[in-house]
Amino acid sequence: MSSENMTLNLKIWRQKSAASEGKLVDYRVENVSPDMSFLEMIDVLNEQLVRKGEDPIAFDHDCREGICGMCSMMIDGKAHGGYKNTTTCQVHMRLYKNGDTIVIEPFRAQAFPLIKDLAVDRGAIDKVMIAGGYVTANTGNAPDANAMLIPKPIADEAMDAAACIGCGACVASCPNGSGMLFMGAKISQLALLPQGEPESPRRALNMVHTHDGLGFGNCTNHAECEATCPKGISIEHIARMNREYLKAAFTYHEKTRSEGGA
Amino acid sequence: MVTSAVNHYCKSSIGRKQLVAITGLLLCGFLVGHLSGNFLLLAGPDAFNIYAHKLASLGPMLYLIEAGLAAIFLVHLGLAMKLNMENMKSRGKYQEKNKTGRGTTFASQTMPYTGIILLIFLVLHLCSLKFGSYYETTVDGVLMRDLYRTTIEYFASTAATAWYVVAMFCAAIHTSHGFASAFQSLGLNHGKYFKNVKRLGLIYAILVGGGFAFVSIWCHMKGV
Repeated sequence: MSSENMTLNLKIWRQKSAASEGKLVDYRVENVSPDMSFLEMIDVLNEQLVRKGEDPIAFDHDCREGICGMCSMMIDGKAHGGYKNTTTCQVHMRLYKNGDTIVIEPFRAQAFPLIKDLAVDRGAIDKVMIAGGYVTANTGNAPDANAMLIPKPIADEAMDAAACIGCGACVASCPNGSGMLFMGAKISQLALLPQGEPESPRRALNMVHTHDGLGFGNCTNHAECEATCPKGISIEHIARMNREYLKAAFTYHEKTRSEGGA
Repeated sequence: MVTSAVNHYCKSSIGRKQLVAITGLLLCGFLVGHLSGNFLLLAGPDAFNIYAHKLASLGPMLYLIEAGLAAIFLVHLGLAMKLNMENMKSRGKYQEKNKTGRGTTFASQTMPYTGIILLIFLVLHLCSLKFGSYYETTVDGVLMRDLYRTTIEYFASTAATAWYVVAMFCAAIHTSHGFASAFQSLGLNHGKYFKNVKRLGLIYAILVGGGFAFVSIWCHMKGV
């Protein structure tokens, strides 16, 4: 903790494109205020680089208030810096000391190909969501709040899972590069609620099979994702997904037209 | 349709890990049976030899059980290796070490290694005891194999006992993650009871690993 401006040494992954070789490059940033966020600190460095006519560091960011899930990076080997329930944009420089060396790397996983520097393509997450992470019924306008009664503990649990912002920290931290936590959160959230439950078997099958084809690894229950998740999502949701998947694999069958189906 | 559903299940990441979980739990059950048999060594040569003879005289039934056990083991080993090889490809290759260890444990990270040690152990174990030196003895007028003597002679060697203890240490590490992990894979994780499942896994690992090691050291003392 420090209240005076700091000078920091950064080692940042630079890579022009997916095809080129990358390496860690040393940078020195001066005048870093402890009140800055981590991303603002990189902004300061980028301004310095632009002024010198160098290529600024590419990194993903958007809302900068911890809800969009864009600011993916490994800070000193930990996704989002490894602070409890915190995204990179909510990491403040007061957590560092004058003269500290910070290593910044992109999220790495086979399912997340690198685009440039710290920016990676996390489109695989969207592909898994497209495979079934929603309710297909047209729900019309927002219904009255109490028209559909859902017990509070169930609603709370679904909300805990719905907190997922799809940042991909679980995948980047997983020793297997598996996408089970974000997928489990969605399958679990919708399986808990009466709006999502009817389609739960089909959703579980489609999402899991899509996940497996996108280069994500297999879960071996390290639980590193749970410890890393900036939204504190529990692996209990992975367990619920495992149940849903098991149930669906052995009981769900979509009738084809010749069998009298739609 | 049914075959394609089963086929899909056996190819999916979750399906395969659930098969690893089920076979793992079955193997955990086998270890308990095996260990109870081993404790008969402490009751003396006759008790142990009669037990071994009873098992051997099951005849075709024994072959069926052994084949089932081998199948369970091969499914566990084969799928776990396949999953692990895929995971080696899909994980992120960090320059700076990915500082895991907030969720991962020594046991969870070394599952493939402890597993391979147990595989090597199993082969040597079968060669040196089940298919080891053959002696005969007579108990109550019945001619039977003196497996007690084979066992005591084998463990008279310090190296053999040390290797056995090391392997059992690996078994304890392996099951300390595997036991609770299997429950999670099968979807049996709930705040209500999962802490106790984890505790049970730890107790299982210590009792079973420790139990086997204890009997081997007892045999060593007896044999020297």
